[in-house]
Amino acid sequence: MSQASRPDHRDLRVGIDVGGTNTDAVVLNSANEILAWTKQPTTPDVTGGMRAALGEVLQQVGSEQFRIGRVMLGTTHATNAILERRALGRVAVIRIGAPATTALPPLVAWPSDLKAVVAADSIIVGGGHLVDGYPIAPLDLDAVRRFLESLAGRVDAVAVTGVFSPAFPDQERAVAELASSILGPGFPVSMSHEIGSLGLFERENATVLNAALYGVASEVTGALDQVLADRQLDVSAFFAQNDGTLMALEYAARYPVLTIGSGPANSIRGAAFLSGVEDAIVADVGGTSTDLGVLIKGFPRESSAAVEIGGVRTNFRMPDIFSLAIGGGTVVGGTPAQLSLGPHSVGYRISTEGLVFGGRTPTLTDAAVLAGRGKVGSARPASWAEAKRALLLAALAESDQRVVEAVDQVSLGKADRPLVAVGGGAFVLPDEIEGITEVLRPAHGGVANAVGAAIALVSGRWEAIAPAGEGRRKAIDAACEMATRRAVQAGAAPDQVEIVELAEVPLSYLPEPAVRIQVKAAGPLGWL
Amino acid sequence: MPQADTPESFYLREEDLPAFAAGCAVLGTGGGGAVDTGFLTAVKAIQQHGPLEVRSINSFDDDDIIVPLSGVGAPTVSNEMVSSDDDAVLIGQEVERLMGRKPAAVMSSEIGGSNGISAVPWAASLGVPLVDADGMGRAFPEVQMVSMNVAGLEVNYIVLCDVVGNVSTLRPVDGPWSERLARALCVASGSGVLMADYILNAAQARGAVIEGSVSHALRIGRCVQDAADPVAALIDLLGAARLITGKIIDIERHTGGGFVRGSVVVEGLGGDRGRMVRLEVQNENLIALEDGQVLASVPDLITVVDSQTATAISTETLRYGQRVTILSWPCHPLWRTPRGLEIAGPRAFGYDITYVATEEIAHVASIPA
Repeated sequence: MSQASRPDHRDLRVGIDVGGTNTDAVVLNSANEILAWTKQPTTPDVTGGMRAALGEVLQQVGSEQFRIGRVMLGTTHATNAILERRALGRVAVIRIGAPATTALPPLVAWPSDLKAVVAADSIIVGGGHLVDGYPIAPLDLDAVRRFLESLAGRVDAVAVTGVFSPAFPDQERAVAELASSILGPGFPVSMSHEIGSLGLFERENATVLNAALYGVASEVTGALDQVLADRQLDVSAFFAQNDGTLMALEYAARYPVLTIGSGPANSIRGAAFLSGVEDAIVADVGGTSTDLGVLIKGFPRESSAAVEIGGVRTNFRMPDIFSLAIGGGTVVGGTPAQLSLGPHSVGYRISTEGLVFGGRTPTLTDAAVLAGRGKVGSARPASWAEAKRALLLAALAESDQRVVEAVDQVSLGKADRPLVAVGGGAFVLPDEIEGITEVLRPAHGGVANAVGAAIALVSGRWEAIAPAGEGRRKAIDAACEMATRRAVQAGAAPDQVEIVELAEVPLSYLPEPAVRIQVKAAGPLGWL
Repeated sequence: MPQADTPESFYLREEDLPAFAAGCAVLGTGGGGAVDTGFLTAVKAIQQHGPLEVRSINSFDDDDIIVPLSGVGAPTVSNEMVSSDDDAVLIGQEVERLMGRKPAAVMSSEIGGSNGISAVPWAASLGVPLVDADGMGRAFPEVQMVSMNVAGLEVNYIVLCDVVGNVSTLRPVDGPWSERLARALCVASGSGVLMADYILNAAQARGAVIEGSVSHALRIGRCVQDAADPVAALIDLLGAARLITGKIIDIERHTGGGFVRGSVVVEGLGGDRGRMVRLEVQNENLIALEDGQVLASVPDLITVVDSQTATAISTETLRYGQRVTILSWPCHPLWRTPRGLEIAGPRAFGYDITYVATEEIAHVASIPA
């Protein structure tokens, strides 16, 4: 009996990615070969699409489905909940730092409708630290206690943020302990040092969003549990997060805000995996837009600018995505001399409205077919009027030029990398692009995001501020140790965790030269 | 340049604040700190205290006390250890104790960047008008680079207030001591304090401050907001030279001596194709060079703006590939005096070049876009 056919050998895993339009699923074996894949429409309740996609791939693998040991889910539940202000919990916001930080209260720049739903009450209490760890004030536990005692029945979660807590987290932990003694054990508390990095308002915002998402998180984890139970799958489940790595289900239940932005991250990682390269530009061409990202040593490059979620500024590290309003359904108009190209798109109606499908709207898909870049549809471009053909070719040239400029913007002038083209509209891109060594078009590029979820590693992060002198090396070692520990907590195999990112940022205007150290450790999932 | 039509008095309202903040960012010449937090604090202050009166220096009585204020410290710190809302009030009380009378007005020491917009909440919380003036007409990295120093005023007191509410008053014997002592206290307070120095009366202020700065910043923000071609409108308002329009192809940044130093290279696009301009940076944009030739230098103002929107781009947020236009325009005449150049000319920043007024480098202004 071969090992692979042993029924108790659970070597298969399922990747599911819930996108805005489609829910994709794939089944991979331990050699990362794709055994099954599907693309299903995303349903308004999200769960229905998930159920359909999972059902379809399970049917494809048939009796082998009992070899499935893991399910990795990338989902937009949390993002949608924030954008639609739906199913969000009421949060009590505690900031530790008075008399510092009183210049601006919590949630001051939030959109008023989101604030009305989420903000139950807030307080700024004495406490917090200076950059060197000296206390601003003793933690005012009496004020915290009075505040917490006033909350019973009014709130679903507590968010606590202390000044310089990423370096000195003890006061946040003390408040969390007090919260569970007053509001009951297991009452959800988000601590900012576990959520974000330096930058008080942005970290506080992210911490409050996280607290507001606990209900959504248990909804999703519950739905996934239910879908898995319905299919009699006894598997461990993981969620994809914004940096392209995974967290265990229990972890996702505590840090739901980290699932935001997992879609682009999965797409970039999946594209890289399918094409076999570690450093590349990735272009995900859809019907309406093309998302360009950069893959560096197997991970998406992250944005250095502040990220807004539903109108709220956070300091999350998100994949650095450059969106171009060009896709397979982009509508072509005007004349070759006065061209109009997008942003309007026929979107999913391409299959009825595009010229090659017998429709009447000239699109980029038609232009690409005319130029011989792909064969879709049935109508023959040779039969089109000369003027229409000239217009389409001019549009394609313009599209190519915009792609070249976008590639230049994201590549930072480095011209030694390939471009991996994925997504349904990938054939619109030319085979040669200035600034790119070659264009790769991997098989299964259409479900790159679900593949990205299935192959993802598990990671942990840590951040610290350290003197630039002698203490620096020790501080870096300690930060690496903390990041590694976090990766293992999140499910990584302890002996395979590596430091995948180590950034040192010099700080200006400080008395002693100092650096901010940011470390990320990642590794494959440990076996159970 | 401050304009002749600057009014005696006007009110800053909540709806003026976006334009004012944008104008402060343009005058920040790449540094001065981000205006975001100051903007939010200003909105809160005006909602709480009502519109803020802004008055020209001439509208004050000779012995009215003016308190120049600036936040001093590291941006990384001030984004985390946000200030308290009563630091300006505590400084106001200390100034009253020292000078024997209540302060009549607050002035921003530095209109460029965060200290320009933050003067709104400082004045509002003290319940006094804001002077339509500042100590720089732009942003500079060091506290002695102020017009009051150029005009030869003595530092009488330095009053510092930290986030905890500790107030310290210094009576230093000279400029170098004021820098050394203030810095030591700032560090002990966690590298972020609010500071009053060159506390002066209105008679002393005339001729020793850059007049019209607040209304100037407001005009800059408004002209960019309303224009069909924001960059052209900004050039027109400032009397600026367009040094180059192009894209950023190289950024080098490193930190030394408490400052962010580095250089930025912009490669020309459109009519500027084939040209290349390099900026030398120390927190602020100091010098613009082309083929080794100086196009503009401190104390004249050099700002990088977005080529589409004319939004000022700070040194910290410059990125490869951004489409930008570099503008330079004349500083206040006070900075062009021998003492002004000694304090904030190219040599004060360690560059062995002789200052030439930006408008005298004639070929630059004639380059088409």
